[in-house]
Amino acid sequence: MSDIILEMRHITKEFSGVKALDDVSLTVKRGEIHALCGENGAGKSTLMNILSGVYPYGTYSGEIVYNGEVCRFHNIKDSESKGIVIIHQELALSPYLSIAENVFIGNEVTKVRGVIDWTKTHHRAKEMLKRVGLENENLNAPINSLGVGKQQLVEIAKALAKKVDLLILDEPTAALNDEESKHLLNIICQLKEQGITCIMISHKLNEISSIADSITILRDGKAIETLEKEKDEFSEDRIIKGMVGRELKNRYPDRVSHIGDVLFEVENWNVYHPDDRNRQVIKNVSFNVRAGEVVGFSGLMGAGRTELAMSLFGKAYGSRVHGTIKIRGKEVHLKDISDAIRHKIAYVSEDRKNYGLILIDSVKRNMTIASLSELFSKNGVINKNEELLAAEKYRKAINIKTNSIEQVVGSLSGGNQQKVVLSKWMMMDPDILILDEPTRGIDVGAKYEIYNIINDLAKAGKAIIFISSEMPELIGMCDRIYVLNRGEVVGELQHNELSQEKIMKCIVTHSGKGNE
Amino acid sequence: MERKKVNIDVKQYGMLIALIVIYLIFYILSGGLNATVMNINNLVMQNSYVVILAVGMLLCVLTGNIDLGVGSTVAMTGAICAIMVLDYGIPVPIAFLVVLVVGLIVGMFEGFFIAALGIPPFIVTLATMLMGRGLTYVALKAQTKGPLPPEYTKVGAGYMPTINIGSNGKPLDLICIIIAVVATILVILTEIRSHRTKLKYGFDTVPVWQTTIKTLVIIGLIWFFMLKLAMYRGIPVVLVLMAVLIGIYQFITSQTVAGRQIYALGGNAKAARLSGINTKKVFFWVYTNMGLLCAVAGIVLSARNASATPKAGDGFEMDAIASCYIGGASTYGGIGTIMGAVVGALIMGVLNNGMSLLGWSTDIQKVVKGIVLLGAVTFDMLSKNKDK
Repeated sequence: MSDIILEMRHITKEFSGVKALDDVSLTVKRGEIHALCGENGAGKSTLMNILSGVYPYGTYSGEIVYNGEVCRFHNIKDSESKGIVIIHQELALSPYLSIAENVFIGNEVTKVRGVIDWTKTHHRAKEMLKRVGLENENLNAPINSLGVGKQQLVEIAKALAKKVDLLILDEPTAALNDEESKHLLNIICQLKEQGITCIMISHKLNEISSIADSITILRDGKAIETLEKEKDEFSEDRIIKGMVGRELKNRYPDRVSHIGDVLFEVENWNVYHPDDRNRQVIKNVSFNVRAGEVVGFSGLMGAGRTELAMSLFGKAYGSRVHGTIKIRGKEVHLKDISDAIRHKIAYVSEDRKNYGLILIDSVKRNMTIASLSELFSKNGVINKNEELLAAEKYRKAINIKTNSIEQVVGSLSGGNQQKVVLSKWMMMDPDILILDEPTRGIDVGAKYEIYNIINDLAKAGKAIIFISSEMPELIGMCDRIYVLNRGEVVGELQHNELSQEKIMKCIVTHSGKGNE
Repeated sequence: MERKKVNIDVKQYGMLIALIVIYLIFYILSGGLNATVMNINNLVMQNSYVVILAVGMLLCVLTGNIDLGVGSTVAMTGAICAIMVLDYGIPVPIAFLVVLVVGLIVGMFEGFFIAALGIPPFIVTLATMLMGRGLTYVALKAQTKGPLPPEYTKVGAGYMPTINIGSNGKPLDLICIIIAVVATILVILTEIRSHRTKLKYGFDTVPVWQTTIKTLVIIGLIWFFMLKLAMYRGIPVVLVLMAVLIGIYQFITSQTVAGRQIYALGGNAKAARLSGINTKKVFFWVYTNMGLLCAVAGIVLSARNASATPKAGDGFEMDAIASCYIGGASTYGGIGTIMGAVVGALIMGVLNNGMSLLGWSTDIQKVVKGIVLLGAVTFDMLSKNKDK
């Protein structure tokens, strides 16, 4: 067999007249980890969907040569029978089925046609799970009892059960924290040693440059270049240059901080789990944010950052919430979310699709939903013209790429969706903005624009709380960082002492204490 | 300022066109029987309660749910009202008022379980359906209660005052004609005003010839309808009631914050909550409102029949739900319009009426209604998927 496992030649794909892919060719060598990079909308997922048969033969032009044979996939089963398996960003697991059942979902081990062989299922599931380092899990536990990181590994085990030769991973680490990501990447490297070829789409450039053997960069539906390890420079800056077509000198825009008085102050904040009223999620957290200041919250997944943020936002999370909130030195009691909004607090959720946007509604309606009663109505009747003008103003001001403000939000790219969420809250002119992972899953260019928006808001004297799992981002953007671990503040770092090592040290020291 | 011309969205009027086509088909099949003045009048009278219920049901459907208790609540409120008037001699207006409050309480009962306790609406309203029907049988002792006095039946079967200008024994009501004239002027003025506003704010406008055709069709429908009514006994009381309710709810859903909150809740309840919308409150009021409209329909139905029967309103919930879906509402919530639901109800009405005129049995009628519901929603889904 030749050492080229896959060649996609001159692939062109159109969506109602718009070229999503324009004469793209891709060559993947056997046994390598091949990364696909590009901004959102560059065509990475489209290309992979063609390869895996999600878009059937005939809906695109060009050809796919796999193992020296021209292939015409009509559906996913066709490509899977050849050993090509795709793992999508949204996991395809059934939450209440057991781990073993999920490994063989759609690919059940049977005795007679249609009758499941449970002994074999368990035996083989164990085998597959071992290869991804999950041999110690209870096979009969429902899959939703595992964390996202482990679920991602189960997805890989599922692919292994299908006798995969070419594994396609679409943003496998997007929802994982650093530790989980590292583990997953290790597993991918191990699979490579077992001879499995891997194509990986990712926005996390540090991961790509550390594990990939070659990198193909897409931009605006065209393949720009393929970089190879050892032959080409493999740095993050080099990749970014290919992705955006120019050098992004600084990944974080400069900002001169004009920090004022303390605007938002939290003292002894305690929150318990909403279902388990005895489990404390947030313990005696105290912090403050000054006007014009961007304050970061760092911590591992499960440290309680989102829980803290949401409980502050009018008790949107948790039970037995107590503690003091002061705005400009005055104590306030926030009963519910609309109370928080009345006190000019805004919360941008980490999960924009489920908690931030009404995907079937228009850009305009999403933008105005939080400020409808205050700004765009009189006696409960909406002033639609004012609403339209305001939405149009924000669309232009923060450069949301959409045909019109009547376009359905679900059809926009991640970065533009996030801008819609931001404008929703900017419209109500908040004093305090809580941004929970505002750049998750969006491309480098859009990230930069979001950073600019954050800086502008800080310049306008807002108090900004910035939660992120990406430490470089926090370090690049924040004036000050609080480190959270297991629901407690375990460190406060000033601007001049911000570094990943310091943050990790706070976490490790505290975790160590807990184990003693 | 740069301005674009955009074509009118024909799909938006798809169901209205379907309604006209269905009507024309039955016109041909029945040899014009469904266009007699008497039949036009019947159409209004027969369908008033379904339209009233569809309007309320749309709000439930917008939240992504349905209300199964509608038919039973209609029967129960009708029964209570008839008992009050006939057995206890309570004056009709007071009885109406009391029954509206009863409807409100039934709605609040449902709303409490759904909003405050988080019980799925399907279960809560299924329970209401069973309880309501049972209570109606108990209250009426499984007997029909009637006949109801004329001041009661007027609501369902009566007419507004008329000014007859007809001659040779052929009646012609001036009021109907005045209303038609006023409506015509209003339609034209609204179009002109909306065009001007669009120009003022620099929004896209529709080509004048398209607007003209649309306006002419609407005006044509108004005149056809009003002339038929004028040649019979004038404006039915229920028509006024219906028009007022449709107007109010069209306004609420399209122009008010409350309406927008219902759409937001149906589109994504979690996002709506985090945008400061009290989703529990919205649920509560949507179901409370449904209860109130059930009482209105209960009064109208018993008035039209001049009696209350324990079987009244059987299956009304299904007609109302079907109307919403035929009118383009989404089963997942967040999508749908009042006018769509009304058109959906009228399609069901025109079908029922046409098939009865042709002498088709009720069994066959059910089959046809099922086919139309399935066909309309399938067509809607497929045409939406095609856009993607």
